[in-house]
Amino acid sequence: MGKRLIAALVIAFLTPCLGQTAAAQTTVGTSSTSSASDQSVRLARLEQQAADAKSSADNAWMLTSSALVLMMTGPGLALFYGGLVRKKNVLGTMMQSFALMAVVTVLWGLFGFSLSFGSGSSFIGGLHNVFLHRVGATPDPDYSGTIPLQTFMVYQLMFAIITPGLIAGAFAERMKFSAMLVFMILWSVLVYDPMAHMVWGKGGLLNAALGGRFPTLDFAGGTVVHVTSGVSALVCALYLGRRVGYPKEPMPPHSVVLSFIGACLLWVGWFGFNAGSALSAGSLATSAFVATHFAAAAAALGWAGAEWLRNGKPSTLGAISGAVAGLVAITPAAGFVSPMPALLIGLIAGVFCYWMVAKVKAKFGYDDSLDAFGVHGAGGTLGALLTGVFASSAVNPIFKDARGNTLASGVLEGNPHQLLNQMLGVAIAWGLAIVGTLIILKVVDVTIGLRVNEEEEVQGLDLSQHGEEGYYWEASA
Amino acid sequence: MTKVEAIIQNSKLEAVKSALQEAGVEGMTVIEVRGHGRQKGHTEFYRGREYSVDLIPKTKVEVVLPDSMVEKAVHAILSTARTGKIGDGKIFLSKVDDAIRIRNEDRGEGAL
Repeated sequence: MGKRLIAALVIAFLTPCLGQTAAAQTTVGTSSTSSASDQSVRLARLEQQAADAKSSADNAWMLTSSALVLMMTGPGLALFYGGLVRKKNVLGTMMQSFALMAVVTVLWGLFGFSLSFGSGSSFIGGLHNVFLHRVGATPDPDYSGTIPLQTFMVYQLMFAIITPGLIAGAFAERMKFSAMLVFMILWSVLVYDPMAHMVWGKGGLLNAALGGRFPTLDFAGGTVVHVTSGVSALVCALYLGRRVGYPKEPMPPHSVVLSFIGACLLWVGWFGFNAGSALSAGSLATSAFVATHFAAAAAALGWAGAEWLRNGKPSTLGAISGAVAGLVAITPAAGFVSPMPALLIGLIAGVFCYWMVAKVKAKFGYDDSLDAFGVHGAGGTLGALLTGVFASSAVNPIFKDARGNTLASGVLEGNPHQLLNQMLGVAIAWGLAIVGTLIILKVVDVTIGLRVNEEEEVQGLDLSQHGEEGYYWEASA
Repeated sequence: MTKVEAIIQNSKLEAVKSALQEAGVEGMTVIEVRGHGRQKGHTEFYRGREYSVDLIPKTKVEVVLPDSMVEKAVHAILSTARTGKIGDGKIFLSKVDDAIRIRNEDRGEGAL
């Protein structure tokens, strides 16, 4: 009882600006005449108020983060990809991102959230939360004890939206809109939901925070988001084949200006993606925020620098592509690494992804039109592995022994085994993406067909799929 | 009547326009064009892929003049559009049979 009194006094002194604590102070001051039970009621109320204040602060950040992550898809990714295609496909490409904002949202509410985060097997969630049943104001302490489960649900929804959106970069300028919709619906259910459950869901095989069998460190979705989407993108590019005219005809981006704006929005939005993945507004969010920013900066320099050395000039498109590559690579690591390793991860990712896109793609000749694999698949894999190397228990004490002592996180701290777990996580993501995507592509191909016909492809997706043009020409304007 | 078509560097348009106006040329049509003569294009790199751009943006100035004014106009263009380097462009002269002002159907030089 005495300890609680002292605690109450300390709280009262540390937060004199709060109206209710002034009342608490008075109460404590006259405590000699109050009954003990009276005090404990008031202390309980005070503790509740402190908890409520923390909950409100966390919730404010998580709602902000949710909005930031949605902004990454629309307009961020839509502009980034939209600028990279030829102008006859600008709306068709932007529409792919926007359609996912609508379609995945509906799926998520009906059963997607339940399959990802509801209790279930090691591989996929159950149906306890279909139609968002029991997803309300009460927090789920397994995910975050301070924010409403509904906030967690809507935050995770934004990830489920952008992930399939990234794949669209591989089949840009040649997939039917109807086929894209069916593909994305099936992909969300068969690839994304299981992977999200394995890494982040309660009971998931790879969950590091909730005692998964093979704890894989993936703070914000290196495997769940980038490896799955990037590898699926490669499968799509190989299955669909090249665009008509590729690689003979020049297909330069029709507006690097649009891509530039998109990339900058992605960079800003990524703070919600990575720092928001702390699921609270405390110092872990700051750490993830800082790592994210440093990696993006170093990667921009890495890619542009590599170009400068090879072609004599650093390009704008190279710098922004590099920044995105760095953001991809730091996604699993943010929240586990300190700023200097983040710089290093970013720098490596910038150079590595440039090499993947400029050299490896040309060597193999596949038409990953907007480099979804070269940036997300390659950068995501690299980042997931480097997370196992650089993860620091000082940043995030995620592994504890039975007595609560903190254990080493990454290889450099003396936990070489972690690299094996990271490899396993990456391998499962690759395997699931390859098998799932192949099956889905085959099903869509034999039922409604994947590609637009050649005439429609030459005409462009804007006119052939949507009956409109991004840049309408009118003489009498 | 003679049509003067001058294909010039984009950056020289303002100078050429003022010189033509000073020379007494009253109307002109300016078109953004792309093309190449002996000037080689340049290469652009997008994500490591090299694109050679051989159709270079230029500006075409068209004026139709009474024959008496042609040399003066040509001189005005030559004196302002020249940098001395490859890519300064060309001037083409051709005979024009007739001209018609749409507003009042004036014909010939009176319509210019």
